[in-house]
Amino acid sequence: MSEENTNSFDLVVIGSGPGGYVCAIRAAQLGMKVAIIDKRGAPGGTCLNVGCIPSKALLHASEVLQETQHAGDMGISVGAVKVDLEKMMSFKQAGIDGNTQGVTFLLKKNKVEEIHGAARLTAPGDVHIDLLDGGQRSLQAKNIVIATGSEVTPLPGIEIDEDRIVSSTGALNLPSIPKHLVIVGAGIIGLELGSVWRRLGAEVTVVEFLDRITPGVDADLAKNFQRALKKQGINFMLGKKVTAAKALKASAKITLAPASGDGAEETLTADRVLIAIGRRPHTQGLGLEAIGVTRDQQGRIETDAHFKTNIDGVFAIGDVIAGPMLAHKAEEEGVAVAEHLAGKPSHVNYDVIPGVIYTAPEVAWVGRTEEQLKADGVDYAVGKFPFSANGRAKVNGTTEGFVKILADAKTDRVLGVHILGAQAGNLIAEAAMAMEFSASSEDIARTCHAHPTLPEAVKEAALAIEKRALHM
Amino acid sequence: MSSEIRVPALGESITEATIAQWYKKPGDAVSVDEPLCELETDKVTIEVPAHVAGVLSEIIAKEGETVEVGALLASIGEGQAAAAPAAAAPAAAAPAPAEPVSAPEPVAAPQPVAAPQPAAPASAATQDLSPAARRVVEEHGLAPEMIAGTGKDGRITKEDAMQAAQSGTATASAAVSAPASAATAGASIAASGHEERVKMTRLRKTIAARLKESQNTAAQLTTFNEVDMSALMALRSEYKDLFEKKYGVRLGFMGFFVRACVTALREIPAVNAEIAGDEIIYKKYVNMGVAVGTEKGLVVPVVRDVQDMGLAEIEQAIGNFGRKARDGQLAINDLQGGTFTISNGGVYGSLMSTPILNMPQSGILGMHKIQQRPVVVNGDVVVRPMMYLALSYDHRIVDGKEAVTFLVRVKECLETPERLLLDI
Repeated sequence: MSEENTNSFDLVVIGSGPGGYVCAIRAAQLGMKVAIIDKRGAPGGTCLNVGCIPSKALLHASEVLQETQHAGDMGISVGAVKVDLEKMMSFKQAGIDGNTQGVTFLLKKNKVEEIHGAARLTAPGDVHIDLLDGGQRSLQAKNIVIATGSEVTPLPGIEIDEDRIVSSTGALNLPSIPKHLVIVGAGIIGLELGSVWRRLGAEVTVVEFLDRITPGVDADLAKNFQRALKKQGINFMLGKKVTAAKALKASAKITLAPASGDGAEETLTADRVLIAIGRRPHTQGLGLEAIGVTRDQQGRIETDAHFKTNIDGVFAIGDVIAGPMLAHKAEEEGVAVAEHLAGKPSHVNYDVIPGVIYTAPEVAWVGRTEEQLKADGVDYAVGKFPFSANGRAKVNGTTEGFVKILADAKTDRVLGVHILGAQAGNLIAEAAMAMEFSASSEDIARTCHAHPTLPEAVKEAALAIEKRALHM
Repeated sequence: MSSEIRVPALGESITEATIAQWYKKPGDAVSVDEPLCELETDKVTIEVPAHVAGVLSEIIAKEGETVEVGALLASIGEGQAAAAPAAAAPAAAAPAPAEPVSAPEPVAAPQPVAAPQPAAPASAATQDLSPAARRVVEEHGLAPEMIAGTGKDGRITKEDAMQAAQSGTATASAAVSAPASAATAGASIAASGHEERVKMTRLRKTIAARLKESQNTAAQLTTFNEVDMSALMALRSEYKDLFEKKYGVRLGFMGFFVRACVTALREIPAVNAEIAGDEIIYKKYVNMGVAVGTEKGLVVPVVRDVQDMGLAEIEQAIGNFGRKARDGQLAINDLQGGTFTISNGGVYGSLMSTPILNMPQSGILGMHKIQQRPVVVNGDVVVRPMMYLALSYDHRIVDGKEAVTFLVRVKECLETPERLLLDI
């Protein structure tokens, strides 16, 4: 094979997170010659390495701890329960390694060339790579997909040293259980990691600029969710802005002021501070300016309906473009772009992208919230069913929370489903499927659900829309 | 347990059929959907499939026998083959309601109406509905095949079904008796002889629903022109004997109209197109629906790939269809898949009409009666055999200019038929 041949591809994907590697595999399945470049040294992106997967490992481990602590209630005596943090971290690492190796296997199986290095566009169709193990390489690509994901949004004036003041990456890797962990930002990442360290024994204080937690989540759900977290001992300071945070030798000091304007400042001392106010598109060093790829005011790459940027042959998907920063959203886009490049029809339904917060209880939703429906002027009906009335939840001892279904008052079409409770993240799949098929609440209500299961609560909430729930 | 095979609903004004042939004999194993026998009616021939697997245990109606809709044909017993999930018996399986026997269809309507398609057993379609849509369909007695689905891949949502129930566009024609009160109310008037209440037949309802679906969907309007038939008539009278001798088929006008339309469609592809979702499909072939009058009414068989056919082939195909229609030999397949339609209200004396589109087609040409009329030619008033032409089109995808150009092109080709020869 000539030199030219080995460096020319139908598709070069930059970034091997869930959007990028799924795109590469799908494109390879459709017969394209594909290369995927990542500067991390292992595939999987933020999600597998420092995001979804490691946080789920710690959430799972800490939940098992909590269950074990309450095992006595079920007649299981286990004696004193101890936490070996180092071992827990290697359990987490094993989970990461298993997943990233799995991705490498899949890429190889589909004959996608995995290249470790930092990629930069030098011209449309030309990709220059500084290889991780030294050296350089240039690729020619008929099409390029930018799937470089996102990075932690810094708080102006505050330096993240990943020791006392950490991002989510550092918070997944603390060397010891903090006595007091202050989390700035009551979003998904902050609350998940807060739950982990709270269960492991830390005192956790969550500081949020807005006067509510989890902005964007249905307000009714958020209110009940906050109540549940409070019961677990997580403290909330809402409507506060952080004016300063300083790392000291063995602690950190953080200064707060009312978000509404003037007011007395207050100071918190913590041994660790987690800055989790959000993520921003990662577009630096890619040569986007050089070839003239346009971005919007928030720094996201602008794309058309087929994920093409303003430059022919250059596409972008996932966290670097508009829309929720979610692995599964990026995956859908990756598949869509690969299919589009293969000349097939492709479509991502942004109205039906589920969101999940993997705390306990879990929070999950798909579709529009009550607030959005009100803003859109939609006449809707509410069907709500508490897990306290679900037989399975009762014996599991997970009666916290409820299922709420919002349906069009006239057509009965399901417009949104919001769940707070154990397994909510799994329960939402049924709702997403229903919505993808434009189902009515009656469709869910008339579908047989196994007994005794948690999904029965979804069915009962659907029945409740027509005020005919059976177990309430 | 044995399962009954009955004569399915066949369409309006068809209450009986003749058994042309049994493919199976008692004792034969049959699988689901395997054809059991062939029925002949005055318009079409259809096969009756097995709806369950098993063994044909008894043939009740023999070959050559005339059977009524709903009559028992045979029964299938449980055999080796595991009984497949049985589709419920066809809706019309109940003893056939006495439909107005052999009442000729009102033939004056110049609108060609798509084939009398024996509706599939309603149950098959309802099985695929979502549970809520199924409930609405069943509660309101709707025909799912007539409801336009807006869900994923065109599925019918509960909302679609509710809308259909409200607008009454998809009322199933299953042999459900009208509410007694309505019947009695009608009876008193009927008794006085001023009115007669007759149940709408399946085909009538299908026609009604299709026509309304067409009008509700397409943005329809009609453009007119007129054609001086002198040249064509002269050509025809000069060559008709020679033509008939050589090809064994009469040289009619229809062949010329088909050729003229093919020429115009090639130049204006929007008239030979359809809307599919948010895309437009332009067809590079022409399957021409040609209205053929029969004793039983108008049918519209489809001559396939007319773009590749000569005048004689077209006339032969139309002639064949005419014969098949007369003999009741038309198959459902002969009536489906048209991309454009020519209707001829002139047969019944219509001077001008606005045909309704056969969905999803985007155009339909209306021919009319040839009438001697005074026209001005080169400043003189002369008498010429004139025909008005109408083109109804779907304005969603056909622009006014395209429609008018199309019709002018058809007119040109007919007034100077040598253009067809020269392809100009």
